[in-house]
Amino acid sequence: MAIVFEKPKALADVTMHYCPGCTHGIIHRLVAEAMDELDITGMAIGVAPVGCAVFAYNYFNCDMAQAAHGRAPAVATGIKRANPDNIVFTYQGDGDLAAIGTAETVHAATRGENITVIFVNNAIYGMTGGQMAPTTLLGQVTQTTPYGRTEAANGYPIRVAEMLATLEGAAYVERVTVDSVKNVRNAKKAILKGFQYQVEGRGFSLIEVVSTCPTNWGLDPVEALDWLREKMLPVYPLGVYKDKFAQEVGK
Amino acid sequence: MSEKVLMKGNEAIAEGALLAGCRHYFGYPITPQTEIAAYMAKRMPKVDGVFLQAESEVASINMVIGASAAGKRAMTSSSSPGVALKSEGLSYLAGCDLPAVVVNIQRGGPGLGGIQPSQADYFHATKGGAHGDFHMLVLAPNSVQEMLDYTYKAFDLADQYRITAMILGDGILGQMMEPIDISPKEPAKLPPKDWALTGTRGERKPNIVNSLYLNPEDLEALNFQRFERYRQIEEKETLHETYRTEDAEIVVVAYGAASRIAKNAIDLAREGGVKAGLLRPITLWPFPKKPLRELADKVKAFVVAELSMGQMVEDVRLSTESLRPVYLSAHTGGVVTTPEEILEHIKQAAAN
Ligand SMILES: Cc1ncc(C[n+]2csc(CCOP(=O)(O)OP(=O)(O)O)c2C)c(N)n1
Ligand code: SF4
Repeated sequence: MAIVFEKPKALADVTMHYCPGCTHGIIHRLVAEAMDELDITGMAIGVAPVGCAVFAYNYFNCDMAQAAHGRAPAVATGIKRANPDNIVFTYQGDGDLAAIGTAETVHAATRGENITVIFVNNAIYGMTGGQMAPTTLLGQVTQTTPYGRTEAANGYPIRVAEMLATLEGAAYVERVTVDSVKNVRNAKKAILKGFQYQVEGRGFSLIEVVSTCPTNWGLDPVEALDWLREKMLPVYPLGVYKDKFAQEVGK
Repeated sequence: MSEKVLMKGNEAIAEGALLAGCRHYFGYPITPQTEIAAYMAKRMPKVDGVFLQAESEVASINMVIGASAAGKRAMTSSSSPGVALKSEGLSYLAGCDLPAVVVNIQRGGPGLGGIQPSQADYFHATKGGAHGDFHMLVLAPNSVQEMLDYTYKAFDLADQYRITAMILGDGILGQMMEPIDISPKEPAKLPPKDWALTGTRGERKPNIVNSLYLNPEDLEALNFQRFERYRQIEEKETLHETYRTEDAEIVVVAYGAASRIAKNAIDLAREGGVKAGLLRPITLWPFPKKPLRELADKVKAFVVAELSMGQMVEDVRLSTESLRPVYLSAHTGGVVTTPEEILEHIKQAAAN
């Protein structure tokens, strides 16, 4: 009988700790599939964040580092500069990448570090129990915005893909999501391209994945996907925000 | 025959690192250590090395973490306010058991403080330097030659014990020029870095560099292991130097630039008929407790001369079990002690 569904080889054979309906698991799988397809797992070094994905260091079948909160792009820079032949990626949440680690993110991008960043935007701090993230929507209720986020008190959500696209150093920036089969396919293509660009030495790429956190949004998994589509996508439109080499690679 | 070259202390640190095979330097400018970065910026491209000016001290120490995790000799340098920012990274280096060399050319503080020489980061360097149970191995050179020699040695010690070795200098040592020997040294035999992140290449299980242990028993066991390693370091790597202590009644304890000034004070005291001597800790952690305890049985009193409000003085009191009076000869904020001032304290200690 033909096997139609197999765990990617780059994904470790362990049970993940993510909540039911959390999209972190899907995104891990897409990263692993991309590594399999490009046959880079043996050369890959991943950097796990501080956040719900901290245990990513146990989930991928490649060498892994665990960085301090927000510092993954700097740690990845050190690894990549030390061993340019390795394929180096970070996997970070929105608090990690766009609050405490904003400087590291922006400067890794502007230097054009030849690394791939997987950015999981779930509009909340998951691991610490649902506080406001830099990406939290206006009006969104969180543990630290119990009356909803207001522009007066908290400012506006950060659009990371749009912001980084303005930097010359960034080679490829795309925002995707994983709410449907079609979108999962697109997300996979984007992650694959991010890694492909690194293999080809094209520089910094970031794939922002609009994600869910059913647990801290207080929704069930299906409602969470609806909320993502209705509330998040208008603020975080999907698409390619930067592709320096679009002409060259013919798309 | 070895050639002698006239060099600044800061440059000697950079040259020592290059001689030790360090090809990865990550820094952020701050006075009075910027010559280290400038030297590295010039030399690294010539030896296929990496010089990177990071966006902050926080980023630069994390780049060191990355390069070290990848198995390479890596270093960063800064001065007091910048080293404070590196603290989080120092703790992660310890938690991940990564080797690294970090230089602190101290200036006056707290806050932005000043840019004149200081030794006010002794506590920060020797008492952990950040959150959690850990130590750094702290070396305190007192000449331009030693800036090179101990930086070289710092890389070997760091790799041997998988620890951060810190060079704790000050603005005087950093800016001072002396002729030094920069000839290559015999490489040490060191354990292989089989823990490094280099890619599994399908030939081994993944390596993981991590400091998270949610099970308290696991974390405790790991800390016990680490402290066993620290115990070995205390046993084998403690360094100090003595000067005219054989018959001394008053022993001055001083490190770094202050120890050079103290030496002059001791000669002046001897000329004046007071039997004075010097004990200079070369490693500040581990601290030379044993020789100090031994001296406590023989001498009348100790004078600690340091460029701070009195930080090392606490370790001298602990090491000597307060068996003898310990006097403090201190300046702070970038003001430098004179031999005459230390002499006054020696005389007072002798008269009491
Ligand atoms: C220096 C530091 N500050 C704060 C924390 C606490 N902390 C852990 S995870 C986290 C937020 C993570 O949120 P995010 O990056 O959005 O990832 P998610 O958990 O949502 O995937 C915080 C604030 C920490 N571990 N270290
Ligand atoms: S808390 Fe949220 S982000 Fe974290 S695993 Fe659960 S659902 Fe996912």
